[in-house]
Amino acid sequence: MSAYTIQEHEYDMVVVGAGGAGLRATFGLAAKGLKTVCITKVFPTRSHTVAAQGGISAALGNMGEDDWRYHFFDTIKGSDWLGDQDAIEYMCKEAPAAIIELEHYGVPFSRTEDGKIYQRPFGGMTTRYGEGPAAQRTCAAADRTGHAMLHTLYQQSLAHDARFMIEYFALDLIWDDEGVCRGVLALDMAEGTLHLFRGHGVVLATGGYGRAYFSATSAHTCTGDGGGLVLRSGLALQDMEFVQFHPTGIYGAGCLITEGVRGEGGILRNSSGERFMERYAPHYKDLASRDVVSRSMTIEIREGRGVGAEKDHILLDLTHLGPEVIHEKLPGIAESARIFANVDVTRQPIPVLPTVHYNMGGIPTNYHGEVVQKVGENPDQVVQGLYAIGEAACVSVHGANRLGSNSLLDLVVFGRAAANRCAQTIKPGASHKVLPASACDKALANLDKLRNANGASPTAEIRLNMQRTMQSDAAVFRTSKTLSEGCEKMAKIFTSFEDVKVSDRSLVWNSDLIETYELQNLLYNAVATITSAEQRKESRGAHAHEDFPDRDDANWQKHTLVKVDGKGASSFDFRPVHMYTLSDDVGVVPPKKRVY
Amino acid sequence: MAEFALPKNSKVQQGKRFPAKPGAKNVREFRVYRWNPDDGENPRIDTYEVDLATCGPMVLDALIKIKNEIDPTLTFRRSCREGICGSCAMNIDGTNTLACTKAIEDCSKGDVPIYPLPHMSVVKDLVPDLTHFYAQYASIKPWLRTQSAPPPKERLQSKADRARLDGLYECILCACCSTSCPSYWWNGDRYLGPAILLQAYRWIVDSRDEDTGERLDALEDPFRLYRCHTIMNCTRTCPKGLNPAKAIAEIKKLMVERRS
Repeated sequence: MSAYTIQEHEYDMVVVGAGGAGLRATFGLAAKGLKTVCITKVFPTRSHTVAAQGGISAALGNMGEDDWRYHFFDTIKGSDWLGDQDAIEYMCKEAPAAIIELEHYGVPFSRTEDGKIYQRPFGGMTTRYGEGPAAQRTCAAADRTGHAMLHTLYQQSLAHDARFMIEYFALDLIWDDEGVCRGVLALDMAEGTLHLFRGHGVVLATGGYGRAYFSATSAHTCTGDGGGLVLRSGLALQDMEFVQFHPTGIYGAGCLITEGVRGEGGILRNSSGERFMERYAPHYKDLASRDVVSRSMTIEIREGRGVGAEKDHILLDLTHLGPEVIHEKLPGIAESARIFANVDVTRQPIPVLPTVHYNMGGIPTNYHGEVVQKVGENPDQVVQGLYAIGEAACVSVHGANRLGSNSLLDLVVFGRAAANRCAQTIKPGASHKVLPASACDKALANLDKLRNANGASPTAEIRLNMQRTMQSDAAVFRTSKTLSEGCEKMAKIFTSFEDVKVSDRSLVWNSDLIETYELQNLLYNAVATITSAEQRKESRGAHAHEDFPDRDDANWQKHTLVKVDGKGASSFDFRPVHMYTLSDDVGVVPPKKRVY
Repeated sequence: MAEFALPKNSKVQQGKRFPAKPGAKNVREFRVYRWNPDDGENPRIDTYEVDLATCGPMVLDALIKIKNEIDPTLTFRRSCREGICGSCAMNIDGTNTLACTKAIEDCSKGDVPIYPLPHMSVVKDLVPDLTHFYAQYASIKPWLRTQSAPPPKERLQSKADRARLDGLYECILCACCSTSCPSYWWNGDRYLGPAILLQAYRWIVDSRDEDTGERLDALEDPFRLYRCHTIMNCTRTCPKGLNPAKAIAEIKKLMVERRS
């Protein structure tokens, strides 16, 4: 192995990732007096939070009756009773204050006639515990809420003078002999130099892994790096079988068309022009939750009622909304539809298809953002020094299916919670423990191997094999056959990475090497996903198993824990779902049939 | 006689040609700027023949196809691929734009020339160094600045006041405008450039902000603001259809108004 020089930097806290969650944690930590560095592989405003459109949920009640307890109920029902109810209580109760905080930071929310924050209806958001009319709960900045939020959060980071290492790629977590996370080894992409960032805690805010699939609304950079780091450290991820398909990705391009379109009155239609969601969700129709709508669309297409030459997609019609509403409330998707589907949304419907969008699963944490593992009989053992927030994490507030506009909320609520927790538990300026000399050995061996990889399969080829397999075998509907075939194929593809070929030998901005690292992370996530799906013999939320079409609470109301070893073999364990709340403000919602 | 030419090590040379596979149906040539500081060579233009029959519609699709199938060493930034993150800003077919929203068929006939954003230091290939651009952004203190205590609920803002932010807050900091501006090319060290001035104006007109005087003071400078000579390249090139030139003009008007 070549000798590598490592520059060491000492901080109180290290945050990996600068999307909504990472930024909220970073300046939260800085504001608490902890010396914090945020390392990020893209400039903060390029993070994928920027692409969120429809809005962020909170029971402000600006546009009609609402209560955070309704939001709590909706989120549990949306999660198909796999969400942890203590964490869901925390998130929904904190939501209104989190939105007010964002507004005070300067987020350019759209406004009501009386100058308050504008709120729109969103899927699965109801009033009176699912009995009342749809709630207007999703706070919006037109249809560019994620962009407005991410830029504002970065601006706040500048205001708090937080330290950023931009275009640094996290190679591996660094542990001491007692299993405490002590830092991150990172590569400065521009210089090609190695940096060890020491911290008393490491916060993973690395986002999802949508790019494990062929067609995803996710950015090219959504490669599950945090999940990869955690699995390579020998820890378990949670609920990886639950992958959300957004009902309305643009057919072909896969770009997102916000659920806010249906919130504003848009309608899904099949080849005969029928508003088919009336048949599947009689009460909330097009505003049922995403898993329900995506399955309904898939059934329509399967039964021959899709549109287009191949009858393989669905139409999203908003022509009846009128140019004024579209211009004021949905200007961004009008632009996207024009560019990527060549459609004038004031006159024509948008061709759409359910598209991979969000990972409910991730790094298991409690509601403080502390990473937890099952150790012996304790399902909630905290991993010292490691935190996870945002899409990378599985708190779990989204359970088996996330409601639209709950993810932006998740980012800021748990980004803040993690910062507050660290402020309580970490002393600023405490000295750093001396690490064993071998602490970086595994990370460097991996770097050396990938840098010089000269096998037969280029990174892009292995990646495409993985994406095709996940797309066909871990789709909206799954069967025992597709899943077991998928597991076999993914095992082979995982092994084929041993024979990867990297062509760029330079150290300056070597995106060939970075993409290879990202592929390694994706492969771990993909194997975790398809093997977790294969072992869950029921249907719940986004996991629709045709051989086990019913939810099975007696046997399966539990979180899957999955580890993936260096050879790509998975092992499983389980954690109970938290069927308790934090206070008496709200009662536990027991499982019942999920109808919209 | 004075010699007006690029330094010897900056002269762009003819690079390699990567021919399309036999049987390619609809071939288009992409001529791409390449430079790697590691190899000590001059910059060069590599020519890639891409079969559009098996390529997505956007220039970014072609670049990704080249990287995946032809030459993995080609280096460029990209992320969202839907025109919202601002990563893949570059000079395509003579104008600064986003590779992800620029359709190949909208490029002029013949080959498609692709260069990094102009007049920036190049890190490698199509990756420019934006450090100074980002520092300029931070220099305007682009966050809501208030003296009054925040209300327990949201600060109220009328629809009309909120509408004044339209056309401003949508900026994605891609730097297409600033790097298209000849004045920024000459004085980019001291002139803030259109992107940053658009952002400055976004806070000046936000009805919730209480630091307008300070913000204008900070711009009252022969370089930071007044190097704008209304050339308008910024507005012509903005891939999001924004109008930085107008925002700058509005700032200049405010400067005049407060003097009188």
